Amino acid sequence: MEINIQKRVLEANETEADKNRKFFKEQNVFVLNMMSSPGSGKTQTLCKTLDRLMPGIRAGVIVGDICTTNDADRLEVTGAKVTQINTDQFGGDCHLAAHLIMASARQLGCDDLDLLIVENIGNLVCPAEFDIGEDARAVVLSVTEGEDKPLKYPLMFQVADIAILNKIDLLPYLDFDAGLAVDNMKQVHPHLPVFRISARTGEGFDPWLDWLKIKVFEKTGR
Amino acid sequence: MHEMGIAQQLAQIALDSIPENIANPKVEILNLKIGRLASVVEHSLTFCFEIISKDTPLENAILNIDFIPVTVHCKSCDHKWEVTGPVFKCPFCEDGDVELITGREIEITSLELAD
Repeated sequence: MEINIQKRVLEANETEADKNRKFFKEQNVFVLNMMSSPGSGKTQTLCKTLDRLMPGIRAGVIVGDICTTNDADRLEVTGAKVTQINTDQFGGDCHLAAHLIMASARQLGCDDLDLLIVENIGNLVCPAEFDIGEDARAVVLSVTEGEDKPLKYPLMFQVADIAILNKIDLLPYLDFDAGLAVDNMKQVHPHLPVFRISARTGEGFDPWLDWLKIKVFEKTGR
Repeated sequence: MHEMGIAQQLAQIALDSIPENIANPKVEILNLKIGRLASVVEHSLTFCFEIISKDTPLENAILNIDFIPVTVHCKSCDHKWEVTGPVFKCPFCEDGDVELITGREIEITSLELAD
């Protein structure tokens, strides 16, 4: 006997993500999901970003890692509200699922925030698959990785709304072809805006910050 | 890497779908649709499902996966095509604002019970 089902397997996560979206709308906060492979410089990028944006924009960060609070400790120095999720307690997961975000967002408190950034777990595969109720997705690629990362992990670059190419201060010392890396991103996602930055020197931050400020303003009116 | 979570969700949906009035149900086949762009590795999913389904009506059920091709629509020139590599540029207008039509499915379509 065949029983018809027709259900999406990730429906439970999608339902939670929709709840998050509603909650973030009520709280009037713009939510950015930041994803990348480990070591691309997400935390450093965020530290510099928050230094430049705050206190004009009131920001909070949810940091995901399998273990340690190292990233949260670094981000707290900026004055942003920060909470850490260690998925170790939840089975050492490789991504942040929607229900974890809701718990952390409530713990953090969003009513006094304009911007909430979720620094996802370093991984170019799984986080792309899980909607967390964000308004936009950013993928960070650094020039110490391969130019072909977008071709190897197409879903991540497909679902991203913007890409950041980080560590460009190292380009003179590497064989990395930044033009080719950007071309590869555009093969996967033809209209993907790409910001070339150095989180160490601060080079190239203005266009990225402008994009973020406009997005926050569009959502919150502030 | 998240196949264990997917296997757990899959098993839950399947178990919830078995009619309550069937005594000692035994599921023989689970029919799934998985998009080629979905981050699911068949061997990992099968392996995880075997662990999850042990001592349940799903034990030894076969995962019959229908892999769905990645199809894309170019919003600029309206061309539709199947993507076979990681290139989403429109082959007609070479640029284009593209949207995915299929390829990200992770769905359970039906289950087949033993008579």
